[in-house]
Amino acid sequence: MLRDMTLGQYYPTKSKVHKTDPRVKLLATLLFVVGLFLVNSFLSYIFSIAIIGITIGMSKVPFSYMIKGMKFILVLLIISAVFNIIFTNGEHMYFEYGIIKISAEGLKWAVFIVIRLMLIVLGCSIVTYTTTPNDLTAGLEKGLSWMRKIKVPVHEIAMMMSIALRFIPILVEEADKIMKAQSARGADFDSGNIIAKAKNMIPVIVPLFISAFRRASELATAMESRCYRGGEGRTKFKPLVYKLSDKLSYAFLALYFVIIIDLDLMARNIEALNFMMAK
Amino acid sequence: MLLSLKDLSYVYSKGTPLQTGALKNINLDIEENSFIGLIGHTGSGKSTLIQHMNGLIKATSGDVIFEGRSIYEKGYDLKELRCNVGLVFQYPEHQLFEETVFKDVSFGPTNQGLSEEEIKARVENALRIVGIGEEYWNMSPFELSGGEKRRVAIAGVMAMQPKVLILDEPTAGLDPKTKNSILSQIKQIHEEVKITVILVSHSMEDVAEYVDRIIVMNDGSVMYDDEPKKVFSHYKELEKIGLAAPAMTYIMNKLKENGFEVSTDIITVEEATKEILNCLNKEKQC
Repeated sequence: MLRDMTLGQYYPTKSKVHKTDPRVKLLATLLFVVGLFLVNSFLSYIFSIAIIGITIGMSKVPFSYMIKGMKFILVLLIISAVFNIIFTNGEHMYFEYGIIKISAEGLKWAVFIVIRLMLIVLGCSIVTYTTTPNDLTAGLEKGLSWMRKIKVPVHEIAMMMSIALRFIPILVEEADKIMKAQSARGADFDSGNIIAKAKNMIPVIVPLFISAFRRASELATAMESRCYRGGEGRTKFKPLVYKLSDKLSYAFLALYFVIIIDLDLMARNIEALNFMMAK
Repeated sequence: MLLSLKDLSYVYSKGTPLQTGALKNINLDIEENSFIGLIGHTGSGKSTLIQHMNGLIKATSGDVIFEGRSIYEKGYDLKELRCNVGLVFQYPEHQLFEETVFKDVSFGPTNQGLSEEEIKARVENALRIVGIGEEYWNMSPFELSGGEKRRVAIAGVMAMQPKVLILDEPTAGLDPKTKNSILSQIKQIHEEVKITVILVSHSMEDVAEYVDRIIVMNDGSVMYDDEPKKVFSHYKELEKIGLAAPAMTYIMNKLKENGFEVSTDIITVEEATKEILNCLNKEKQC
């Protein structure tokens, strides 16, 4: 029942995107998201959509997987679109009633917000679809290793993240098993109002917590008995090394960033020009 | 017939790259008051099969008939089915959640909507059968030992008084003493309450003593379905699929190969002792 979630699950296949160094992918995601918030013009968004489309194509992850992940943010999309449409003040008013105001600017903002959110989710899910959790945290650890100089325990944070990620599928499976076992004892998870439903979850949550604690303590013992003692002096089996394609990817990333900013500036200039012409 | 599976097939993760066939055309009839051993190595589909019997998994194709009605019929009460077909999962102690042993065991009967006196009577009865004494009833289930937790969890299903009791590896990870006592308690329940028991295991040794019919699963289909002695006569084939016959079967076969006149359809140590003594006496007479 719970296993059908696709958001953020690694999709195993071979592609150029899968092979890219995780540090490149992480920085790309960061710049992509920052870029989306810096720019405000349709041109930049269209360019970003095109780039995302090409990346999805290159990643060989089926488009249906991407769409499935979108289902989870549908509510968020609808809420933010509705709020932007009805609560934005603007010059061109279409409709006004009390606090509800529908304006041309509001519609434009709603479209922007929806595109932005969708692009952010798509961008982030490409990374998680094409990178194993291990690679992801290894990339994070190496990419942020400079922070060790200011006493940030980078290795420990990365290790905690990779353990947490590793345990998500295990706990999902466990929850599934416990739900089945309690259903076999006549438990009902589907009917009743929201309070009854929450109460019905107690027979699942209590055993799930207990097993999570048990697993955590077992894992700690297992790690200690294999002489784990933190990041000091620890080496990697597969150290991350930039390849030529990774360096090229960085160049493309910089180019992309410059282009969307330029497109945005251009769009703003045209708008200002139109504004002056109108006056 | 109490429970029948007709042409049952199940496919995991249909339509994704991870698609695998878990069950292929299973046909089984479970008679009333039988004691059945369901055996197969890890991944042979045993656990998937038993979850079809109480409707936790819906078959991709085929049918499950309980007391003459298909459980896939529209409007069939699956909750009632689950009360009639009690399923004890592997490591059932992981499902304990209540504050006291007594409350945990009463979870099932409470869900059945029984009266308070009825619940009390059933819970007390179930706890007695599995050998959990009154001094434990108000303890937290998490204070108990592994074997005791297992008994409490089994009692939790038994208190629902199902007509079919399915136990998935009820003795996994237990010491031999607890293992034997749990298995003989199950046998006792079967004889006293007259319910049908299906015991899932990968160990022939465990089930051989208790059951009157063995179903061997391999790779999602039924390989043998017969009384224990006949199934064990295929011990060489069983080895090929990662299972083994009881040690006594091997000993008797070895003896016969070496020229002793012994019968080979022997399962328990007692039977083997008798047979060997018989044979030795005969030789003395000659």
